[in-house]
Amino acid sequence: MRPPGPQAGPRMRLGPQPGEVIDRSAPLTFRWNGRPYPAYQGDTIISALAAAGERVFSRSFKYHRPRGLLTASYLDPGCTVQVGDEPNVRGAHRLAQDGMDVAAQNSWPSLRFDVKAANQLVTAFLPAGFYYKTFIKPQRLWPAYENVLRRFSSGGVAAPDTARDYYDKRYAHPDVLVAGGGPAGMAAAISAARAGARVMLVEEEHQLGGHLRWGTDAERAVLRELAGEVAAQGAIEVLTNSVVIGRYDGNWVAVVQRGLPGVAERLIKARAGALVAAPGLIERPYVFAGNDLPGILLSTAVRRLVTMYAVKPGQRAVVLTANASGDAAVGDLRRAGVEVVHVADARRGGDVVRAHGRGGVQGVELAGGSRFDCDLLVTATGWTAPMSLLTMAGDRPVYSPRAARFFPDPQRLPGDVLAAGGVAGDGSLEEMLGHAGAVGGEAARRARRAGPAAPVPVLPVLPVLPVQEHPELFHGRTHGFVDLCEDVSSKDLRTAVQEGYDSAELAKRYTTATMGPTQGKLEAVNVVAILAELTGRSIAETGTTTWRPPYSPVTLGALAGRIFEPVRHSPMQPWHEQHGARPLVAGAWIRPDHYGDPAAEARRVRESAGVIDVTPIGKLDLRGPDVPKLLNLLYVNKWSRLGIGRVRYGVMCAEDGVIMDDGVTGRLGEDRYLMSTTSSGAEAVAEWAENWLQTAHRDWQVHLTPVTTAYASMNVAGPRSRDLLRRVADGVDLAPEAFGYMHVRTGRVAGVDECVLWRIGFTGELSYELHVPASYGLHVWETLLAAGQDLGAGPFGVEAQRILRLEKGHLIVGQDTDGLTQGFSAGLDWAIKLDKDDFAGQSELAWQAAKADYPRLVALQPVDGSVVPPEACQIVGDGSSIVGRVTSSRMSPALRRSICLAHVAAHLATPGTLVDVLLPDGRRIPARVMERLAHFDPEGRRMRV
Amino acid sequence: MILLPCPWCGDRSVSEFRYVSEVVPRPDPGTATPQQWRDYLYLRGNRRGWVTERWYHRAGCRQYFSIDRDTITDQTRAREPAR
Repeated sequence: MRPPGPQAGPRMRLGPQPGEVIDRSAPLTFRWNGRPYPAYQGDTIISALAAAGERVFSRSFKYHRPRGLLTASYLDPGCTVQVGDEPNVRGAHRLAQDGMDVAAQNSWPSLRFDVKAANQLVTAFLPAGFYYKTFIKPQRLWPAYENVLRRFSSGGVAAPDTARDYYDKRYAHPDVLVAGGGPAGMAAAISAARAGARVMLVEEEHQLGGHLRWGTDAERAVLRELAGEVAAQGAIEVLTNSVVIGRYDGNWVAVVQRGLPGVAERLIKARAGALVAAPGLIERPYVFAGNDLPGILLSTAVRRLVTMYAVKPGQRAVVLTANASGDAAVGDLRRAGVEVVHVADARRGGDVVRAHGRGGVQGVELAGGSRFDCDLLVTATGWTAPMSLLTMAGDRPVYSPRAARFFPDPQRLPGDVLAAGGVAGDGSLEEMLGHAGAVGGEAARRARRAGPAAPVPVLPVLPVLPVQEHPELFHGRTHGFVDLCEDVSSKDLRTAVQEGYDSAELAKRYTTATMGPTQGKLEAVNVVAILAELTGRSIAETGTTTWRPPYSPVTLGALAGRIFEPVRHSPMQPWHEQHGARPLVAGAWIRPDHYGDPAAEARRVRESAGVIDVTPIGKLDLRGPDVPKLLNLLYVNKWSRLGIGRVRYGVMCAEDGVIMDDGVTGRLGEDRYLMSTTSSGAEAVAEWAENWLQTAHRDWQVHLTPVTTAYASMNVAGPRSRDLLRRVADGVDLAPEAFGYMHVRTGRVAGVDECVLWRIGFTGELSYELHVPASYGLHVWETLLAAGQDLGAGPFGVEAQRILRLEKGHLIVGQDTDGLTQGFSAGLDWAIKLDKDDFAGQSELAWQAAKADYPRLVALQPVDGSVVPPEACQIVGDGSSIVGRVTSSRMSPALRRSICLAHVAAHLATPGTLVDVLLPDGRRIPARVMERLAHFDPEGRRMRV
Repeated sequence: MILLPCPWCGDRSVSEFRYVSEVVPRPDPGTATPQQWRDYLYLRGNRRGWVTERWYHRAGCRQYFSIDRDTITDQTRAREPAR
């Protein structure tokens, strides 16, 4: 071993170490707070800075105390830094990259001299829970308080102009998912793969191996063997720098994969047949005065730094050890040339009373009164089992005083979730690997039988690991920091208990302990132990707080994934876009609202001919001898005697009598019908019909096929529409005697066979609706418009159609009806045939008819025809009572005045009644109830020519 | 995300399905009183433990079927017959 001598490189970098993960042949440079620092490929940001002798990396959340290394892992509370525009980077996990720009967070003006450390002078005013007691009055000063507090709040900077990153998503179906790539996880994965399972092995750090990576030569040899076996098993997919962040019902597991080239984060949604939780153990910090000073490290931190990163953690060390890890750390320190001035064995009464120093530890006082100067204090006081994943699976951990940690309760875990490694027990490396292998093999067997459809297997008893003795060491005899992320001390916990917040859940919320970035992984057990003491209970009685996903931070970008917004449009959409159509978003459909002047489009329809794209209209193909039975069930009117070639308008109600949908249905053949629905109801009506056919009426012979997108649909409307259609239709006699109103034919249009032609009239003009096989839609559309040029024909959009149908008083379900409008309230008395056999809504409609006082749909005309009341205006009665609502409202080009449809209370529905419409600006305008719903051509003559 | 046992497609994620309702017997519309009819429309048992409910496999075979589900543990099991 080489003693540290004069080196050209960073002054705390050791010579090559047998287990190091850095690549000395690949040096790089990055910036820290503006100054350049060297590193090697494989260094983390913090390991490179530590190699250069840096010790202070951040300022703490509340008191702005200087902080440095503690755990040298992802969780290290003092190592959160800003990298470029990315805030809150875990510096002891993030790999250094050439050209990286790293800066300290939460300090001003600099890390060395942080003005905000003034907070320490006012600690008396910042005890636990001060958020609830201060900065409350006077309320008008809140904006000022916010401005000041904003500067003192912690965290990095997320700039609004940060460039967009690419986030990915993936679905996976591994037979066995192993969470944790330490020795136990690797052994379980190997064993599961050998048993024939497809395995996904997820490891948070950059290499597999867990604690074997900083172990003895023998342990690292075992690691190499395991790694070789994992690589040899083709069925094991290894994900490093990835974390299992949550486990949901049915082993639905979320995994975040980081560090992929070109992908900021990938969210993997995995359905695992069986889940093996092998998260290892996390070393616990010790609570004593001065325990947050830079230079106070855990034994695992020291071992990582020396073995993996070849970093000398200090010059003179004192070690408090209570276990084998602490003992081994002493050896590692000596190998690294650190002077170990004293080893206090906590198993024999050794203890640290306090540490002191400015900007870093300079000396410690031990139990018994001895004092030592040192720049490094190492503690090894115990282990915490990360129970999160298992508790997400339903476990309620049980505390073992013998082992001084929590264990899973095997009775509570579902059969497809197993535990291996330190979280399951203790033992020699051999014992642990054997146990993990058995678990992995069993996981593979259980994965085969997973799922609710599978029979419940008889679960064999797995080997149980022994539980060794670990001393219960949580805090010393002085107050210190318990939660380093949130700056919560044991004194704060005492205050909380004194103020009555004495349960784990209450004390957590009051003090914010365990609510910081580490989320309790480092500090929860210490918190619980201290609370237990303060309240005179056992740790088991005090319990822990609830562990919830995510286990590890995940970006919102990964959760959002890629944005897919499916859009539906007809085959004619390119034509609409080319001709300046203003798009209307109707659900997922894009439709042409108008082409510049909807009033002119409406006039054109009344005067010559217009063509509108109505493809989104729902269409259902119905075949079979029992179709009339279905129609009678779904619609309120009668359908048994609909002749071939005839069309009828129908209204559908739900079983509460509320209007659900409307449309026309035509009979194309003996057993062949075509039903149309509203465009927004297309899917719902198909499902509604299927529900009846599949459950209540399985004996009916009806085939239902949704054909909404199989046909492109267009409506040719206007007095010249027949002339226009004559020029393009073939094989259909268009003469009025041959093809009357409310009839349907099939024929060839613009050379396209199998078109369906309906003579119906939503706009109130002579009109034909064409359903064309969709791939020919654009061709037929263009042919129609070209053929109609000299007739004055042109396109019209949804807005013009709305105007035209309103002039005719034709209701739109969902616009002129709402979730409470039952059949008789919509002017449909003529359609509802209560004397039919059972149909949907019949009972409620009969009961509605028996009462007289239901609201009614009426046509309304404001007395001042130049005022167009906005839709949804209230109709008000005496005082401020609401007696109705305007449901549709437009300026009518045909009548040159405003026209409306409205709901009004029964007593106001008499034609001639004047009602008051309340406009949004507060004015009340009178409007008259009209004789009929149609404002224009009430006799309906224009459609019957 | 729980798995539902579709009688035709096997175990699938619940996100592929639409929940219809607890299975409630439909009264005879000819003889039911308004109270009975509205109980059928609006009231559900909402029991602890195993309930029979109807689901619709909208992103799969588009069939309506019934399963049993334990409302406490979210365990599910298929029913025979499925409808």
